[in-house]
Amino acid sequence: MSGSFTTSTARNIFFGGTVFFFLLFLALTYRNEQALPARDNRANLTPQVVAGKKIWETRNCVGCHTLLGEGAYFAPELGNVYVRRGGAQGGTEFIKAWIKAQPTGAPGRRQMPQFNLSDKELDEIAAFLKYVSEINTSKWPPNNEG
Amino acid sequence: MQYKSQAVSKLYFVAAIGLFVAQVLFGLIMGLQYVIGDFLFPAIPFNVARMVHTNALIVWLLMGFMGSAYYMIPEESERELFSPKLAIALFWIFLVAAAATVAAYLLVPYASLAKWTGNDLLSTMGREFLEQPLPTKLGIVVVALGFLFNISMTVLKGRKTAISTVLLMGLWGLAIFFLVSFYNPDNIVRDKYYWWWTVHLWVEGVWELILGALLAFVLIKVTGVDREVIEKWLYVIITLTLITGIIGTGHHYFWIGTPEYWQWWGSVFSALEPIPFFAMTVFAFNMVNRRRREHPNRAATLWALGTGVMSFLGAGVWGFLHTLAPVNFYTHGSQITAAHGHMAFYGAYVMVVITMISYAMPLLRGRAANSNKAQVIEMWSFWLMTVSMVFITLFLTAAGILQVWLQRVADAPMSFMATQDQVALFYWLREGTGVIFLIGLLVYIWSFFSKGEDAAKA
Ligand code: HEC
Ligand code: HEM
Ligand SMILES: [Fe+2]
Repeated sequence: MSGSFTTSTARNIFFGGTVFFFLLFLALTYRNEQALPARDNRANLTPQVVAGKKIWETRNCVGCHTLLGEGAYFAPELGNVYVRRGGAQGGTEFIKAWIKAQPTGAPGRRQMPQFNLSDKELDEIAAFLKYVSEINTSKWPPNNEG
Repeated sequence: MQYKSQAVSKLYFVAAIGLFVAQVLFGLIMGLQYVIGDFLFPAIPFNVARMVHTNALIVWLLMGFMGSAYYMIPEESERELFSPKLAIALFWIFLVAAAATVAAYLLVPYASLAKWTGNDLLSTMGREFLEQPLPTKLGIVVVALGFLFNISMTVLKGRKTAISTVLLMGLWGLAIFFLVSFYNPDNIVRDKYYWWWTVHLWVEGVWELILGALLAFVLIKVTGVDREVIEKWLYVIITLTLITGIIGTGHHYFWIGTPEYWQWWGSVFSALEPIPFFAMTVFAFNMVNRRRREHPNRAATLWALGTGVMSFLGAGVWGFLHTLAPVNFYTHGSQITAAHGHMAFYGAYVMVVITMISYAMPLLRGRAANSNKAQVIEMWSFWLMTVSMVFITLFLTAAGILQVWLQRVADAPMSFMATQDQVALFYWLREGTGVIFLIGLLVYIWSFFSKGEDAAKA
């Protein structure tokens, strides 16, 4: 690199560029927060759904599953499992029955643990998964299989 | 070794390598569970093995960064470390906290662990990579602050160089963005949005500053090229990193409920993120070609060049592969993601820490470089680990392409589980290659114990 381009010039560009783009990022974040209410299904963010999110977290479901494509890739996507398993026609019932029935014990097949959730907790986690399925994700995933 | 207090870094390096072994062993368990689903079930369910695998990785990289800083800052500042005792105390706190956390993952149901550790007071657990219980997270903060205090005081009292400034900025940034992990909104979309502030702004932001600084330090040492030249490169690289990487966070905001303008911002800026990685590769080769001396530690030079190449491949090329929104629509959360995650972490952060260990460890043990025999063994480990990581990535990429096709593109899409059966062959190949990676790691450890006659004098 040539003579007139000194280390201190490089340093100044670094600081200037970083500050500029970080402020731009904050501005985009502000706009993001403004736009979220129309997309994130917050009207249905009931205490039951919040409790369901706690169960999602304290059972570490994300250590095997993805949720909206984020998490582990060992087990099916759950952001749309409510829709995949029947939606208003049985989605909630499927999720609760499924969790209660684990593990399958099928030899050689990937296993999901038994979490011993109470009926109330099952309702909560199912409500959470229904809530997530109603977030506007710009049509992701490409199909119901997730 | 020019300053006595640099010796504290040895503790950190040894523990880092120990945790690296644990990481890989649990990786192999998970790899087997991918194809033999009930392996070790219910003793070690997949999610538990995964927590150990990823958290061990993060902790050992942090240990590696800290050890590197403790080694390099005294030399850059031309004075002893502010407090070697603090560095040693923090090491033991960190190690005990990490070991206790891993033991708790393995022995206690996660829900009970959450209850006992105050997750009801402030719930932060159960999010990917941030699974640690509250006391562990607080411990990390305490250790990080103590460490930053120690390092910053040393720099403030001594010579200030561009390399130490960049390293400090990276390390402070690491600590600051970790604080975001204490923020866990009830709204899952906002939770995910801010979760990436820790995860993305770490690996594609502030960690790259650390990466650049460590690489620059080792390159100065092994090539003897003018500091002025190297520091100018360093600033150019980290400028490119942050002007692309900050807005590049948007490549995670395509499908999680965030507005659609992110598809443009995220795609455009993250598509430019490979540039700084490419610059890093050119930088490493350029400096080695212009070297003014033949440093006896050829293994360290090899690791430095390897970091340049592999970080570009893993982060730059494999990142670019799926970063444009129309592509990511199909690949999001698939084995393609896993392929990229592996090569990027290995190529950038694992390799730069090993570069630093490779350079510093012989000096810490009282010689400029290891014996020829030990270096040859170390170079074998370089090739074994690096080539197996390339193949792990290729097998996962093949699995990913098939997965995307069968499950998301085909006219009659298969279910997730049926698709997994279809790609099992590639999971077997990945597992086999993983065993070779472990052998490479063991060879690496063996190189520390190999005695040779002709070790170069310090
Ligand atoms: C140890 C890994 C693991 C954990 C942890 C886990 N699961 Fe699963 N889960 C699986 C596997 C594997 C399957 C697919 C099993 C099969 O098809 O036989 C599955 C399937 C499911 C399904 C059915 C998906 C479908 O498409 O039909 C639901 C619903 C589900 N899990 C919910 C949960 C919830 C909720 C949690 C957390 C409370 C959780 N899982 C935690 C491994 C796990
Ligand atoms: C050394 C630097 C990098 C590391 C360590 C790294 C690591 C990772 C990891 C671990 C994930 C998975 C996160 C999860 O679990 O959800 C990920 C996702 C991703 N990375 Fe990187 N990455 C790096 C650089 C890059 C770069 C430079 C690009 C773009 C050019 C990129 C593009 C992506 C994309 C698009 C995803 C999301 C994948 C998805 O939709 O599932 N990464 N990265
Ligand atoms: Fe990213």
